[in-house]
Amino acid sequence: MILLLALAAAAQTIPPGEDPVAPYAQHDTNAGATPFRGSAMLRAFHGRVGIDRMTDDFVNRLVADNRIADIFKGQDIVRLRRLLKEQFCYILAGGCTYTGRTMRDSHKNLGVQQADMGALVEDLQAAMRKEGVAFPAQNRFLAKLAPMRRDTVQR
Amino acid sequence: MTSFLASLIASVLGAMLLIATPAGASERRQGGKLLLTDGVSTVDGSAGGGLATWAVISGAETKDGIGGSVHASYVALPNFDLTSFGGAIGFSNRVELSYAHQAFDTRAAGAALGLGRGFTFGQHIVGAKLRLVGDAVYDQDRLLPQIAIGVQYKIATKGAVIRAVGGQAQRGMDFYAAATKLVLSKSVLLGATVRFTKANQFGLLGFGGDREDRYRPQFEGSIGRLLTRNLVIGAEYRTKPNNLGFAREQNAWDGFAAWSFNRHATLTAAYTDLGDIATVRGQRGALVSLQGRF
Repeated sequence: MILLLALAAAAQTIPPGEDPVAPYAQHDTNAGATPFRGSAMLRAFHGRVGIDRMTDDFVNRLVADNRIADIFKGQDIVRLRRLLKEQFCYILAGGCTYTGRTMRDSHKNLGVQQADMGALVEDLQAAMRKEGVAFPAQNRFLAKLAPMRRDTVQR
Repeated sequence: MTSFLASLIASVLGAMLLIATPAGASERRQGGKLLLTDGVSTVDGSAGGGLATWAVISGAETKDGIGGSVHASYVALPNFDLTSFGGAIGFSNRVELSYAHQAFDTRAAGAALGLGRGFTFGQHIVGAKLRLVGDAVYDQDRLLPQIAIGVQYKIATKGAVIRAVGGQAQRGMDFYAAATKLVLSKSVLLGATVRFTKANQFGLLGFGGDREDRYRPQFEGSIGRLLTRNLVIGAEYRTKPNNLGFAREQNAWDGFAAWSFNRHATLTAAYTDLGDIATVRGQRGALVSLQGRF
C-alpha cells in the first residue's frame, strides 16, 4: 500500500498553475459514475471541444453565483476546471481518464448543503443550454450526476 | 375522529419540532429545489398535479429549510364551476401541512336541481403529508420512488343538502399513500397514489352514501414529460367512489401543461373531464391554476 501511494505520488506531477495535493489512489471509478455507452451523448455535447467549452462556462458561472461562490473561495479553480473536464469527458464517453479524488473525498469539509447542489445544477443547466445541448441529453447527463449528491452533501 | 385528529396534529407538530432543530452544523436555508420538482397545487391543496396528489413536499425548501406555496385554481365546466384557494407549508422537505377551500357553484343548474340558482357547495380541506423514503429527483440510480403518506380532513359546508341526497356524513377523512419518481434519463415523471376515501365528488357532496358507505381504495395516476426545465406536460387519472344513489359518479382525468415562468410562480392549464356531477352529465372543461411558491 505504501509502495502504491509512493508510486502514485511519483506519478502525480503537479500540472502548471495548480497547487500540490496529498497523494491518493487514482482510478476512473473515482469519477462517481459509469460512462455512457456509444457516442450519442458525446455528439450531443459537441465532442471533447464542446465539453471543455461547456465546462469552462459552467465553472465561470459557479464562481460568480452569489448563492455558492463562497464555497469556491480559496479553492484551486485551475485544478477544478481540469478535473471537471476530465470527469465529464469520462462520463460522456469522450475517452478521457479521470485523475481526481472520489466525490466523497473531494467534497470533504466543504460544507455543501442540498440547496448548494440545486444551485450548481441550475448553473450546469445554463451552461449546457448555452452550449446548445438538447434538453433530453441534458437530463440523461444529469441523471448520471444526481446520485452524487449523497457524497457531495455531507451535512 | 376529533381526538384522532388532535393526536395526529400533535404528532405532526412534534415531528416538525424535531426536524426544525437539527443536530450538527446545518445552516437554515431558503429554497434549493429545482423548478417544478415540488409539483403544483392540487385542488385539494397538497402538492401534486391538478387532480392527483404526489409524494413530493410543497415548497422550494430542502431538508435545511421551510418552504411553501399558495394557489388559486378555477375549473370552468359546462354547468358548474369550481374554485379552490389555499396554501401549503413544507418543513424540511419532510412534512407538508396544507389547507384549501373549495367552492362549487351550481349556477343555473342549481335551480333545475331544486337548490336555487347559484347554490354553492363548499368544503374546507386540511391536509398533512409525511415523506417516508426516497428522493424523486436525486435518487436516479435507484428504482425506489419517493414515497409519502398523508391524510386530508374535509369539512363540507352544505350538510342539509348532503343528508337530503343520501350522504351519510358532512365530514370525512381521506388516507393516502403516494409514490412519485422522476425518470430523468427519459425526462418522464411517474406518480401513483392509493387513497382510502368515502368522499362524494371530492367531499363536496359529503361522505358515504345510501348506495355505499365504506372506505374503498381509489387510484390516482400521473404521467408527465419535461419539455424544458420550466415546462412539463402530462395527464392524470383519478378514480372516485360511487356512493350516492341519486347520481352516478365517474372517474376524472385531465391533460395538463405546467409552466414555471418564474422561480416563484407556476401557471397550470388543463383540459379536464370530471364526468357526471349531481345528475348533470358530461362535465368537461378547463382548469387554470396559479401557484406562488418559495
